[in-house]
Amino acid sequence: MTETALAITRTIDARGSFCPGPLMELIRAIREGAVGDVIAVQSSDKGSRTDIPMWIEKAGHRLVALETRDGYDEIVVEKRR
Amino acid sequence: MRRILILGGGVGGTLTANLLVKRLRARIDRGEVEVMVVDATGDHVYQPGFMYIAMGGERAANLTRPERSLLDRRVTLLVGEVAAVDERRRVVTLVDGLPIGYDQLVLATGSRIVPEAIEHFDTEAHHFYTAEAAAELREALDRFDGGRIVIGIAGMPYKCPPAPLEVAFLIEAELRDRGIRERTTIDYCSPIGRAFTIESVSEMATPILAEKGIELHTFFNVESIDPWRKVVESLEGEALPYDLLILVPPHKGQQFLIESGLAPAPGGWLPTDRATLQVGGRTDVYALGDATDLPLSKAGSTAHFEAPVVTERIVAAIEGRAVDHARGDYLGRVMCFFEIGDGKGTLLQFDYDHPPRPPKPNRLWHVGKIVFNKTYWHTVPKGRV
Repeated sequence: MTETALAITRTIDARGSFCPGPLMELIRAIREGAVGDVIAVQSSDKGSRTDIPMWIEKAGHRLVALETRDGYDEIVVEKRR
Repeated sequence: MRRILILGGGVGGTLTANLLVKRLRARIDRGEVEVMVVDATGDHVYQPGFMYIAMGGERAANLTRPERSLLDRRVTLLVGEVAAVDERRRVVTLVDGLPIGYDQLVLATGSRIVPEAIEHFDTEAHHFYTAEAAAELREALDRFDGGRIVIGIAGMPYKCPPAPLEVAFLIEAELRDRGIRERTTIDYCSPIGRAFTIESVSEMATPILAEKGIELHTFFNVESIDPWRKVVESLEGEALPYDLLILVPPHKGQQFLIESGLAPAPGGWLPTDRATLQVGGRTDVYALGDATDLPLSKAGSTAHFEAPVVTERIVAAIEGRAVDHARGDYLGRVMCFFEIGDGKGTLLQFDYDHPPRPPKPNRLWHVGKIVFNKTYWHTVPKGRV
């Protein structure tokens, strides 16, 4: 099984929201989720490409994927603790 | 008779009401239009002053005036708490059951603090978002004789984004003056990856934090408070011990906006068009100030610059003409003073397309903030600036 084949538990559409909106939406989803959940956050704010992976590392979760789609980024994270 | 109903008697609601009177005076005098403000308390509170209660010198009594005294006599003021908005029937119902119909609705309902969202916040953490809490923080600072101070933000978005940094700077300066800085550590916790949401302000503030010996902790989202160990813990797994804990409480929009289907749970912020300030595409419902979901500072200044936009759009609708876009489009303008400590301040001015370029901190901007605070009652709510 490839990394991105992990089933996404929840997708957050934070497109159109500005920093720190997408990060705060992800934090809320992480708080509400269970260990093992895979959460995808979609953001059109360019800052998310760096802010969110940095937060994932600090918070001890796992960056599963970071893909640029049509005008936005999708960042997939697995809740590890 | 057409009724413009404004919910909330803060900066946004009061200023919008007074600007509408200026523009529609003849129609109001002829009985064709009514401007009505509904406010839960009937008191207008100058909330930026709370920080100065905590930092010394300000008294709560100076920060409140009757809303009636700030409104043009042509504005009808109704004191009561809103229970629901029925947008299909265009009726707002108060908690006491009174129905109020409207033609145009302005939601200037602000934000509210919810410290209870974090267990032990009430007993352990100090804040400065009410006059009472700010006075208690002042007493705690007076008792403080050295130790560990932790200053942080327990939820975003929150009112007056620079305030926690200002408090950190002002407390640091005070402790130096009192000769107890050497035996005090100050930790500043930011929920995001830098000291402040706006990058240019962060670039200004970060070296000042370092210069003042205040340790910056980024990505610190308050998760819990342990009152027995006196430790505040972050979602990210960091734990900071404290002797004095100062946290910005979590904020939300008004519950009746969620229950009326105007704002999504759990935040309760109104989905607001960044230019027209219309709510969710509705042409007869506007939002301004803290109540919106716009990516801007929740601050009186934001409402101050939004009020003329809402006014122009409502006046155009009443006069049956096209909106004058020079007056009726909001460009995201915000302006606020920023205290640095030691009698110095700076100024943040920005809009959607132009981030702030704060000038080097000096005495002028500190004095500017003090003068603005003292003259507020005669200027902003009455539309004189």
